[in-house]
Amino acid sequence: MLLIEDLWVEVQGKEILKGINLRIEPGETHCLFGKNGSGKTTLLVTLMGFSGYKVKHGRILFKGEDITHLPINERAKLGLGLSFQRPPTLRGVKLKNLLALYSKESDAGSELALAYNFEDFLGRQVNLGFSGGEIKKSELLQLLAQSPDLSLLDEPESGVDIENLDVICQMIRKLLQKELRKHRQKSGLIITHTGLILNYVNADRGHVMLNGQIYCHGNPRDIFERIKNYGYEECARCRLFEQGFKI
Amino acid sequence: MNYSENHYDTKDLKSDEDLLETFTPASEVEGPKDIGEFEEEEIERLKQTGIDLTGLDRVGTFIQTNSSVQKCDCESQGVELLPITEAFKKYNGLKDYWWKLISPEKDSFTREADQELDNGYFIRALPGEKVIYPLQTCLYMRNENVAQRVHNIVIAEEGSELHVITGCSTHPHLRSGLHIGISEFYVKKGAKLTFTMVHNWGENVYVRPRTGIRVEEDGVFLSNYISLKGVKSVQTFPTATLAGPNAMARFNSVIVAPEGSDIDTGAKVILKAPGSRSEIISRTISFGGRVVARGHLVGLAANIKAHLECQGLILAEHGVIHAIPELEAHVADVDMSHEAAVGRIAQEEIEYLMARGLDEEEATSTIVRGFLDVRINGLSPELNKELQEVVEECHKGM
Repeated sequence: MLLIEDLWVEVQGKEILKGINLRIEPGETHCLFGKNGSGKTTLLVTLMGFSGYKVKHGRILFKGEDITHLPINERAKLGLGLSFQRPPTLRGVKLKNLLALYSKESDAGSELALAYNFEDFLGRQVNLGFSGGEIKKSELLQLLAQSPDLSLLDEPESGVDIENLDVICQMIRKLLQKELRKHRQKSGLIITHTGLILNYVNADRGHVMLNGQIYCHGNPRDIFERIKNYGYEECARCRLFEQGFKI
Repeated sequence: MNYSENHYDTKDLKSDEDLLETFTPASEVEGPKDIGEFEEEEIERLKQTGIDLTGLDRVGTFIQTNSSVQKCDCESQGVELLPITEAFKKYNGLKDYWWKLISPEKDSFTREADQELDNGYFIRALPGEKVIYPLQTCLYMRNENVAQRVHNIVIAEEGSELHVITGCSTHPHLRSGLHIGISEFYVKKGAKLTFTMVHNWGENVYVRPRTGIRVEEDGVFLSNYISLKGVKSVQTFPTATLAGPNAMARFNSVIVAPEGSDIDTGAKVILKAPGSRSEIISRTISFGGRVVARGHLVGLAANIKAHLECQGLILAEHGVIHAIPELEAHVADVDMSHEAAVGRIAQEEIEYLMARGLDEEEATSTIVRGFLDVRINGLSPELNKELQEVVEECHKGM
């Protein structure tokens, strides 16, 4: 589904990503752990193609196609979707209008809102005065209407209260076809800080990002357990041990 | 960038006195006797100004061309509609309402309207009457180089509800003129008055409205102002006083300034009574013209809530948008805020929508359509079409 090869990315002249390699197969869910400022969000928005994120080296293949320099909307049309951590406010633009634009079925927006208890928000201006949890819900609702094959989710659980966490995770499971045991096609790459999401959404692989590089790949629960106990620095050290270095 | 001392080249804007001398008083130029005399293109023009001469879905119609009134009918028993000159006689000089919210000595234009009145409308929603369909009024200048001077009074009596749509326009081939409009609005206890004003002037027309509003306890005044076409110069600054507890005033405006237009607009709200609320929202687009978007909120009582929002898009070179938001609180216990932003459409917003699959043009349209949507009900299909055309025009300016 997604193959990232030796990706180097610069933002405002500063090198942020330094040789990222990553592979996500159809139906897989991956988690990306890492400190603030380690480059996780940069990776997601680079995959989506946002301006200001300059690929200096390497390439991104999506469904076998090189999308490294494709416009944002064409990536979206190919089946890539992103839920933003801090989306912009669109004054006067109502959520229901966006949902209608994104989904192929005219009524999909209101059905989705009904299913996830978000009807009151359909008439509201997108992201205007939304709480942290409401932003996440609105983002996921838009993604569900769009129905991408690979969902890039930037901290979907941050700022969400416990009650809403359940709904958010239901939406993510739906987005990633978690109800299917066979023939699951939808994939996900989820940035998580708290790891809370692992209690609700099964993930196949985890990765640790530090200083613009991916240091560790493995079982997401094991990795998270280790981070909780020893901190991110240990991931860096651990990886060096793997490679035969001693500190 | 040539940035002159006075921020903008005003050399071809005349002084107040010059303006008054330049134009012929409307009273000296005969208007048509009947609206049947209007040509097809004039009828179309009025439609674009929100006025439907068939009167469909309108409770009443007032049409004044130059200084003469062609139509003044109202179907509802709950609303009184008269030319202001008749109301002045009938109500003995309208003592409680005539020049009570604006001083005739305010400036040259108020003095002119005080001394040389052409006409205007008087509208009164009777107590408790809730009128469903809007009442439409039209102030129309049909001849070149005319000065039209009107004085309007609108009263929403206790517990009444009324929507007035006013279209101000000029003949499609007319270029130059001066419009002076004095308007006084009285919203009494528990009443709700919506006032939608559409400006559709000629390129060399000078417009000088002077407006005062008074809202009593639990009263609501909603103002919508739409100006999408070129005009030489508009200068307006309605002032509302929220005089009774829980009174409310909201001003929405959508203003487009093509090259050569100079539109100085805004509103002032004085929140005098506890619990009163106000909102001033302006959305402006410059295609090369200049817009001054003012807003001044004055909080004089406790527990008031007021918000000011000026959003401006500059979509052509030389365009100027000057947002002047002012908050003035005289007591501590107030909730007053403002937001102002001018410039291009944020790239971030366009890319946000593109990430969901819209192309750049669709993303821009969606944002501009939202930008121009200020919740105005009762607009004619023709006017909505005009708004849509502005959205289209925005692509060219990107």
